[in-house]
Amino acid sequence: MLKALFNILIFPGFLFLVVFSFIAEFYDRKLYARFQNRVGPPWFQPFADFIKLSAKESIIPEEADPTLFKIMPVFALASVLCASIYIPLWDTKALFSFQGDIIVVLYLLTIPTLTLFLGGWYSRSVYSTLGAMRSLTQLFSYEIPLLTSVLASALLANTWSLSEMTVFYTRHPWLWACNLPGFLIAITTLLGKLEKGPFDIPGAETEIVSGSLTEYSGKLLGLFRMTINVELIVGSSLLAAVFLPFGLTLGPIPGFALFVLKVLFIVSIISLFRTVLARLRIDQMINFCWIYMAPVAFLQILINLVVKGIISR
Amino acid sequence: MKLRPGKMIREVLGTIFKKPATTRYPFAKSNIPEDFRGEIIFHPEKCIGCKLCMKDCPTGAITIKEVGEKKFEAEIDLGKCIYCAQCVDSCVKKALEVTSAFELAQLDSGKLKVVFHAEPPKDTQGKT
Amino acid sequence: MHDVKIPIGPQHPALKEPASFRIALSGEKIMEVSVRLGYNHRGIEKACEERTYIQDLYLIERICGICSHAHSTCFVQAVEEIAGLSVPRRALYIRTLVAELERIHSHLLWLGVAGHEIGFDTLLMYTWNDREIVMDLLALLTGNRVNYGINTIGGVRRDISQKETEEVLKGMSELEERTKYYIEVAQEELVLRKRLSGVGILSHEDVLRLGAVGPTARASGVARDVRKDDPYAAYGEIDFKIVTDNHNDIYGRTLVRLGELMESYKIIRKVLKSLPEGPLTVRAPRKIPLGEAFSRYEAPRGEDVHYVKSNGTEKPVRVKVRAPTLANIQAVAFMLEDRYLADLPIVIAAIDPCFSCTDRLISIRDSKKKRGKVVPWEELHQFSIEWHRKRGIDFSELNKRFRIKD
Repeated sequence: MLKALFNILIFPGFLFLVVFSFIAEFYDRKLYARFQNRVGPPWFQPFADFIKLSAKESIIPEEADPTLFKIMPVFALASVLCASIYIPLWDTKALFSFQGDIIVVLYLLTIPTLTLFLGGWYSRSVYSTLGAMRSLTQLFSYEIPLLTSVLASALLANTWSLSEMTVFYTRHPWLWACNLPGFLIAITTLLGKLEKGPFDIPGAETEIVSGSLTEYSGKLLGLFRMTINVELIVGSSLLAAVFLPFGLTLGPIPGFALFVLKVLFIVSIISLFRTVLARLRIDQMINFCWIYMAPVAFLQILINLVVKGIISR
Repeated sequence: MKLRPGKMIREVLGTIFKKPATTRYPFAKSNIPEDFRGEIIFHPEKCIGCKLCMKDCPTGAITIKEVGEKKFEAEIDLGKCIYCAQCVDSCVKKALEVTSAFELAQLDSGKLKVVFHAEPPKDTQGKT
Repeated sequence: MHDVKIPIGPQHPALKEPASFRIALSGEKIMEVSVRLGYNHRGIEKACEERTYIQDLYLIERICGICSHAHSTCFVQAVEEIAGLSVPRRALYIRTLVAELERIHSHLLWLGVAGHEIGFDTLLMYTWNDREIVMDLLALLTGNRVNYGINTIGGVRRDISQKETEEVLKGMSELEERTKYYIEVAQEELVLRKRLSGVGILSHEDVLRLGAVGPTARASGVARDVRKDDPYAAYGEIDFKIVTDNHNDIYGRTLVRLGELMESYKIIRKVLKSLPEGPLTVRAPRKIPLGEAFSRYEAPRGEDVHYVKSNGTEKPVRVKVRAPTLANIQAVAFMLEDRYLADLPIVIAAIDPCFSCTDRLISIRDSKKKRGKVVPWEELHQFSIEWHRKRGIDFSELNKRFRIKD
């Protein structure tokens, strides 16, 4: 019981994820700045931002619904932290696993987008409403390719559990290389889920101020920003577990170091995409996802079916 | 020409190895050219009191006052001055000079009024 | 979905200066735009009437930070025309040099701002880093990074030495390399093309009907440039090309501005090579004789027009400034019809708005006759006093306290 509490609250649960997310946010911002020939923030910047936001007053607009307005950031943070329980981080076994936990993890990672929508809708401000609508529209475009590419990898492993998937790939090394097109699709659509890079349309600063987060301030905004950071870590570790499942039996210390390297590698790719690409318009994004991403994801399923047929011979 | 996304990627990957373009002012010195138009200083011994500088100043930042027989003192309000150096050009006796001092910010606005006193007369001993 | 009215109001992250655009949206499509300016009105034209010509020079220069030399030179040209001064050739060449350097820094600034509006902050950082080369050159030549103060009535105030000439030429070579890279980026970067092509379309006829000027007009094939139509300073003696384009959209305007950057480097090299010897100024009188003059200048944003009227004293009677953004702002509402909300920031940024330059318009309309009429200043002054007196506000006490003649 005590071990379970320790696992959930401290390591690898709440405290570890929060500290790691601050480090990853610093790494992302520093890399973004160095790409642009600037100096970038110091290492303690995300901590300082969170402390400053917690010290400020949360102003709730008069027309907003107070209960829903206050509860949304808590829901978002809770769901993202829950999702990390089922992901195998540096071992072939996650904290808790069962058949079908892939679906649960993907579902839990969709909740932050829904809370952004509801938070923006119940803020009752023009900019928030527009941002909320854009969040949902974006959700309909990137979910299918993301789910399909993750499920294609699970299809090859013949199981619906993330932990058993990693066991399968450890037994058949180098088979994860046939999932590389899926990896590319998954990273691009992860940018859409995190609302970064060319897909930061719901939070487009020059068009709708801040989208759904316009009316949030103080502790609630701090919680939302923490959610976004932890979502970055959890999404990257999901991708690392699904598409880069090698070196998972090295033991605790080397395995942990490899896990950190994998996550920082994915964060670097996300930073690079953010730097070299401009923002798309929402109709261009829908076109792009449905015309280019979705067919490649379905192609990945086809490839995996063929490979599955070959290896079961 | 071919259209492809991420054209700037090569340039961007190259800059992580260079020094950043930002000067860490005020910890590092910023390079200001020597003819920079900064603070204006006044040489009271050359002034003849024609007040052409007062007439041409766009903001009325300089005031010339007669404090003795052919002795003039100037008060320049650094808050009003726009550092255009028109007074320097208008002065016929070259009593005003441009320096390149630009770190002139003060917390107390009274300190922004800089007074250039005239020299004391030569026949007083020990008194300024 | 019914119409939502959204204010891209005076304060908004998309706008660098306050202006009000009231948009009626249906989903993401813009149904209606209404533009309202005037938030930056500072009363500069009135302030000019109470200062002498020499003091006005520095006031006019501070109308705008980006095109400050444009306003200063335009004003000085008008005053010199009334006074009948013939400016020495060396001064004209130095004015041209600073004018082209200002054009370079303004176009690099525009590239960065356009990148920021479409979410491409990397382009912003790179172009503004290169702009530092120009700012340092201007600080070396004129003594300040903005508001150069190089003009005086009758010529220029500073000379250019051999060492400064070499620095300028070195800077130009460096900038030419960088601009060639930006032209490549603009032509080959896929996402940039997707955001800029087909947006903000103005056909040739629309440009002539709406009266757009500057790169906004030249991107639709209208070859209108004051430097060729009505040469001033040293442009009559230097050979250069007008850059036009036929894309009719924001991508075309980007190409026009990048082309003008390349032309500016060539013009500066020609100016420095053929810089004539001679004096820097002619002696200008303090009291400008009776007369009026109208002067035009090709600012980086378009055609800038100044009108000065004098009556033989040291202070002008009337100064009127018409900035190029005023001519281009009518096109914004036209360009935004039937487009998406996401196009709004880049369309506003495409005309390179400088609302500080623009806000000095007085337009009187008689509400019964629905026609405009010209009202002299004294009549307007009396009208306002009567209007306030009818509502019980009397200015005579205030006037006595401030000793203003009624």
